[in-house]
Amino acid sequence: MTKQVRQLDRVVIRFAGDSGDGMQLTGDRFTSETAQLGNDISTLPNFPAEIRAPAGTLPGVSSFQVHFADYDILTPGDAPNVLVAMNPAALKANLGDLPRGADIIVNTDEFTKRNLAKVGYAASPLEDGSLDGYAVHPVGLTSMTVGALADQDVSKKDAERAKNMFALGLLSWMYSRPYESTIRFLQRKFAARPELVAANIAAFKAGWNFGETTEDFSVRYEVKPAQMPPGTYRNITGNAALALGIIAAGVRSKLPVFLGAYPITPASDILHELSKHKRFGITTMQAEDEIAAIGAALGAAYGGALGITTTSGPGVALKGETISLAVALELPLVIVDVQRAGPSTGMPTKTEQADLNMALFGRHGEAPVAVIAPRSPSDCFHAAIEAARIALTHRTPVILLSDNYVANGSEPWLLPDVDSLPDLRVEFATEPNGEDGTTFLPYLRDPRTLARPWAIPGTPGLQHRIGGLEKADKTGDISYDPANHDFMVRTRAARIEAIEVPDLEVEDPDGDARVLVLGWGSTYGPIGAACRALRQRGLSVAQAHLRHLSPMPRNLGDVLGGYDRVVIPEMNLGQLAHVIRARFLVDAIPYNQVRGLPFTAAELETMLEEVVKNG
Amino acid sequence: MAEPVALKLTTKDFKSDQEVRWCPGCGDYAILAAVQSFMPELNIPRERIVFVSGIGCSSRFPYYMNTYGMHSIHGRAPAIATGLSTTRPDLSVWVVTGDGDALSIGGNHLIHALRRNVNLKILLFNNRIYGLTKGQYSPTSEIGKITKSTPAGSADSPFNPLSLALGAEATFVARTIDSDRKHLQSVLRAAAEHNGSAFVEIYQNCNIFNDGAFEELKDAGTRDDYLIRLEHGQPITFGKDGQFCVVHPPGGFGLEVRDTAAVSPEEIVVHDSGVTEPAYAFALSRLPGLDLRNTPIGVFRNVSRPSYDNLVQSQLEAARAKATGTPEEQLAGLLTSGDTWTIS
Ligand SMILES: Cc1ncc(C[n+]2csc(CCOP(=O)(O)OP(=O)(O)O)c2C)c(N)n1
Ligand code: SF4
Ligand SMILES: [Mg+2]
Repeated sequence: MTKQVRQLDRVVIRFAGDSGDGMQLTGDRFTSETAQLGNDISTLPNFPAEIRAPAGTLPGVSSFQVHFADYDILTPGDAPNVLVAMNPAALKANLGDLPRGADIIVNTDEFTKRNLAKVGYAASPLEDGSLDGYAVHPVGLTSMTVGALADQDVSKKDAERAKNMFALGLLSWMYSRPYESTIRFLQRKFAARPELVAANIAAFKAGWNFGETTEDFSVRYEVKPAQMPPGTYRNITGNAALALGIIAAGVRSKLPVFLGAYPITPASDILHELSKHKRFGITTMQAEDEIAAIGAALGAAYGGALGITTTSGPGVALKGETISLAVALELPLVIVDVQRAGPSTGMPTKTEQADLNMALFGRHGEAPVAVIAPRSPSDCFHAAIEAARIALTHRTPVILLSDNYVANGSEPWLLPDVDSLPDLRVEFATEPNGEDGTTFLPYLRDPRTLARPWAIPGTPGLQHRIGGLEKADKTGDISYDPANHDFMVRTRAARIEAIEVPDLEVEDPDGDARVLVLGWGSTYGPIGAACRALRQRGLSVAQAHLRHLSPMPRNLGDVLGGYDRVVIPEMNLGQLAHVIRARFLVDAIPYNQVRGLPFTAAELETMLEEVVKNG
Repeated sequence: MAEPVALKLTTKDFKSDQEVRWCPGCGDYAILAAVQSFMPELNIPRERIVFVSGIGCSSRFPYYMNTYGMHSIHGRAPAIATGLSTTRPDLSVWVVTGDGDALSIGGNHLIHALRRNVNLKILLFNNRIYGLTKGQYSPTSEIGKITKSTPAGSADSPFNPLSLALGAEATFVARTIDSDRKHLQSVLRAAAEHNGSAFVEIYQNCNIFNDGAFEELKDAGTRDDYLIRLEHGQPITFGKDGQFCVVHPPGGFGLEVRDTAAVSPEEIVVHDSGVTEPAYAFALSRLPGLDLRNTPIGVFRNVSRPSYDNLVQSQLEAARAKATGTPEEQLAGLLTSGDTWTIS
């Protein structure tokens, strides 16, 4: 049977199932196939905090959304065009996000009385007409997989587990995806068990062939490659990019890297990744708690390593006292906070931007540090290098504010040329710097950066003591002198302000916008998508996105002053807006949402349209 | 290996230019003097020695040593020193801490440094009181102790620091006293020679807030009857003319003190700090009561286990040995690993 082929410019697919159904892996594979084809991509995984919530229940639903297009896109998409629902819970949990007319592929085998009852369906939604507005494709995914594997040497349980590959095969057929990378992946993943390689490949092919032969799927779709700058790409999550950025910073600084970390969602993957790369001179230590993790990183920094600690909000709270010590010691240190929804344990697998206040102000005493935030998954690579650059050049703690959305989301990444990465080499102090030629003054500063010398143990003649007690200017001796303390406090603030950061760039293609949208961190994608949509409709709006939150770009005040209205969307209750209002006396309009989910482009578009039209 | 060059350092070389600011009469002075005069013996250049401390009177120590030093924050010195020692195996890293610093706020870091066997020499100045904060009871203060924060007497049972260290898998555990320089230095010597964590409890007098806490161990009239001086390979006897001894009663779990005259010589325990099983050193650590009678000093335990530093370094070396190409080339290879695609 020949099928009709239809061209689309973009598609959003959501794979949803029970935590045990392998939906993250299925989504990941589909993404990888799509990347091979050259589409632009953005992905959003969404999974429960429980490792295994009771099977078939709403809290146990795990999903993976992938948005791909033949043009460059900025978000994983607001609403799916296609939902793959592996059970009634997955259908119920996700139906609300589907626009009418969307395709729903359901695994009918799981729509048993018992499973329906578990999520409170009195009658099967497949039969009671409640899905009439959608294009429902009922498929016996489990039974067909088991049938297709009847002559394979695997248990019934293993055969059933391969149903996600059947679903992947079907979707890969529907969207004309190249599947070689998936075959290779299965061969690698199950290398130790050849019978599972064969079974999973067979399940995948059965799904593909089912699409080709069944009457239910009459159309096959194509999404052409996107126009992207030439080069080599790979699909990357924010956490993976951040880990690579840290490795790159080690290579470019020629310093050993020491990572101290205590496991915490959603930051643990950075520890996992870095622990694999010892050949780059990277030591990873799983410490006894977050305080030890940063303490060890600071100790390593004192000894001349690039010291890093990775955590999430609750961990940063514990690290506060040590960050202040690092401020006093004026040693380089990178603190990565992959933010999650708080307070307390909050919603550990959901995203939020509510640690900005803590990063900027959450320490005792006047303890300013540098703060930066990546805007997208691949940007985490460059943000990590930038954090290392600031820390090493300015001998200061730097907080890098990632979040769950960029950490676990993914996008194609144009791989940088290693030689084009910044040179991060540092000079350790080797000689006495006192005027007499013999004394060493550990707090004598570089006039430009105001950084003090980094004199590491082992350097002959420079023995000195540092500590948390206030130090006299230049000598570093303990000092309780009032004027000295005042001077040192102001100097530590001036040190941060002296950090060179690039000017803020404004995107205003029409050039006549009166409204500026200012964001920071992971909201870049949704804000950008909303601005584009408005511009397409003939409305002018300007977008600027802060990467450096401390110090802020020097031109920020001028930028803000150039617009009638400034809107600041954030996934918190207005933390950046508060700072902007206080510092620049600008009557910024906060737009806030704390649902544990990224903004949709559509809601931002509606909100911005209102401001653009009515001021 | 070539004979190390004698550095000819002196006590003076280890004195910094900072004015020492403990209360006059404080036991910390004696410890500082003992350490400063011991240091030349190490024959390690001063720049390769680092003292890391927490917070407390005792933790002011690094300021007075003409080595590298960091006076850090309360309780965290073992963690900070772990990062330093692990990345800089060429350094000799010493931790100075107090009973509150090490056993209260920093208890977690202490036990984990010990179980990892990080190559640190940890000197715990135990004065059984919070000195710096002016006299509250500490986790080693006796139950019932009346202090500023416990006017009705403390209701907390104290830690036995050595038992704690042994329970935390420490490979080197010793005790000494501020006033006995010779003994203190002999313990420092053994600690310095140990590869891995060396835990040394130093009884230290705080003459302001807990004066005389260890008086019976120092007073010429009582000390011989109270102190058990452990010597590796020697039968454990003490008191005037070896009047008392330590035995392991059959059927019992621990060690007990007896009149030497009442036991046959072969019943007397011969001290062996190299016993692998920590139960022996633990039993020794349980001998004294809170009245300080039967207090062993010396090296309780000194066993060999790979240090964390060595294990970490050998993993790094093994990984490096397998790598080919410059770091830049390796990085380029890593970036392009996995599923990539090219757009021309
Ligand atoms: C986070 C923190 N909490 C409390 C203190 C106050 N503090 C300083 S030293 C100390 C206790 C010190 O006792 P110890 O470790 O026994 O040292 P000593 O002064 O007796 O030598 C306390 C509670 C502090 N500096 N930091
Ligand atoms: S308070 Fe006690 S421990 Fe502290 S310096 Fe004075 S005597 Fe020494
Ligand atoms: Mg004390």
